[in-house]
Amino acid sequence: MQLLVVEVLRGWPGRSGASCGSWCLLGGVESKRCHPASRNVRDPSGPGCAGVVGDNSPGSHYCGFRRQRSAVQRQRDLISHSQITRLYSRFTSLDKGENGTLSREDFQRIPELAINPLGDRIINAFFPEGEDQVNFRGFMRTLAHFRPIEDNEKSKDQNGPEPLNSRSNKLHFAFRLYDLDKDDKISRDELLQVLRMMVGVNISDEQLGSIADRTIQEADQDGDSAISFAEFVKVLEKVDVEQKMSIRFLH
Amino acid sequence: VVNLLGISITVLFTLLLVFIIVPAIFGVSFGIRKVYMKTLLKIFQWATLRIERGAKEKNHPLYKPYVNGIIAKEPTSLEEEIKEIRRSGSGKALDAPEFELSDIFYFCRKGIETIMDDEVTKRFSAEELESWNLLSRTNYNFQYISLRLTVLWGLGMLIRYCFLLPLRIALAFTGISLLVTGTTVVGYLPNGRCKEFLSKHVHLMCYRICVRALTAIITYHDRENRPRNGGICVANHTSPIDVIILASDGYYAMVGQVHGGLMGVIQRAMVKACPHVWFERSEVKDRHLVAKRLTEHVQDKSKLPILIFPEGTCINNTSVMMFKKGSFEIGATVYPVAIKYDPQFGDAFWNSSKYGMVTYLLRMMTSWAIVCSVWYLPPMTRQPEEDAVQFANRVKSAIARQGGLVDLLWDGGLKREKVKDAFKEEQQKLYSKMIVGN
Repeated sequence: MQLLVVEVLRGWPGRSGASCGSWCLLGGVESKRCHPASRNVRDPSGPGCAGVVGDNSPGSHYCGFRRQRSAVQRQRDLISHSQITRLYSRFTSLDKGENGTLSREDFQRIPELAINPLGDRIINAFFPEGEDQVNFRGFMRTLAHFRPIEDNEKSKDQNGPEPLNSRSNKLHFAFRLYDLDKDDKISRDELLQVLRMMVGVNISDEQLGSIADRTIQEADQDGDSAISFAEFVKVLEKVDVEQKMSIRFLH
Repeated sequence: VVNLLGISITVLFTLLLVFIIVPAIFGVSFGIRKVYMKTLLKIFQWATLRIERGAKEKNHPLYKPYVNGIIAKEPTSLEEEIKEIRRSGSGKALDAPEFELSDIFYFCRKGIETIMDDEVTKRFSAEELESWNLLSRTNYNFQYISLRLTVLWGLGMLIRYCFLLPLRIALAFTGISLLVTGTTVVGYLPNGRCKEFLSKHVHLMCYRICVRALTAIITYHDRENRPRNGGICVANHTSPIDVIILASDGYYAMVGQVHGGLMGVIQRAMVKACPHVWFERSEVKDRHLVAKRLTEHVQDKSKLPILIFPEGTCINNTSVMMFKKGSFEIGATVYPVAIKYDPQFGDAFWNSSKYGMVTYLLRMMTSWAIVCSVWYLPPMTRQPEEDAVQFANRVKSAIARQGGLVDLLWDGGLKREKVKDAFKEEQQKLYSKMIVGN
């Protein structure tokens, strides 16, 4: 597997259709209209595109994609070239509006996600504060949390920024699923709300309340009746987070 | 000179038409299409090798589609997964139902897995090919194409658009007009064996012409299991062409909604020659009425087998989705049929949210060919201990197994609609059991 050094899509402007070369001009029924965002690509010297050949495939936007790799910088979040291509293909297939970004509705269209009790919280994790659209860079950033931790990375020096898929960052991701108001504490109310999402109508309020109380009691160490991130980490110190919060590619 | 050219082209065209239509009438084949298919395959293999070579020279990895999913998913249940997470977290008694903060890891990972790769949404778009078939609509690695390949591609496009397309349109036109006039004429005859015989052959002949209009190369397997009168034929649905493919090898009664326009004309003509089941738009919503009419039809043994596609919508031929139980409640013998297209020569899937009918037909007629295999499976009946849904699932599994398709329980209607809340409630119920027990 070629581990290409890739800049994690810094400033990826959206999909670009430029630099398709002479192929675009062989139009007809075969070519789709050029993606409107492609005209804003940061490469004004590229040949004008009369049409993008092919479907919403990575191939047609691949040329602009490779262009970005020319400005590379070593990053901790190493992910192979073919994996990025595949995820980009996935991103474009989810993007029904074809504007280079995903909205919450695009995620909710996935049936298996819609039936997940915490589906909405997970979708929320993709969108930064106050925004309604996520571009491919944001998409990859969030997914990067779930990269498996390779053995040879564990012993790397701690000079650079912590990789997104470290144990601590994975735990932080889960912590943020509980922490509804983003104040770095899980209060009793927040825990109750998340529990209610997970169990639906099957458990009464009192029972759920006592479960929440007990959980906070066990985890809380500084007596503020809320779970801070440090307390969260302490409770889960024995759990195999590296394995349970990692997704392995098949290829 | 121009006159001469015009005349010779017309003569050529007419000769071609005759050579194609006459065998269609008698149901024989010269085998030209098979030779065509083999030649095309060789060209495609060569084209793919060239692209791979081009990519290797530039030292870039090729984009290869993976149909079986891109991430590793474990087929474990909710209980097992959560228990495992808890087991690694603490040494407490495992079977006691309680809540752990770590439970969220299960839902989180499952959710992200479905965002990266889910089973359902990829069934509603065209399948990706491994080798290139000289259609630019399927090429993902086009920047590796050499001059020779470009010339071949151009030639291919010329042949498809300037030679094959007009020929196919002429054939389709002939086929449809013969169908309409033939069935109308037969309709005037008095009911009897003569009428049935003629009706059958008019239908078969016209469908065969339409098959040639699409250059469909069909291989039928197990023809002894073909549907008989009083039965229901069910098949997986990929495109409207499925109807033509099945009806050119057997004589069926169609079921469907009454349309306007050209389709309406065809429908009205067809029903004069033999009893098809056409529903008005308002009647379609009434499930009992539909069931009643279908039951009446199958109980009359002299009437033809009904052709139904229980998925209700077009799926991309990599999987079979939920069968609607309506046709399985009627109590007739079910004859399952599996249809599998070879996407190399032309993708037959109709993505109705992307292309209208006319664009779709144009794409079909400018592909190289439509190649498919049809398997007639042995008839099945509902066993006393199973209900309609279980019977439908059993038939669906048999079809999926034979066609090499993935058997899914998801509803094909999810193409357009949201998933029902009942599934989420099921998940919530399962999880509640883990926290508080029964």
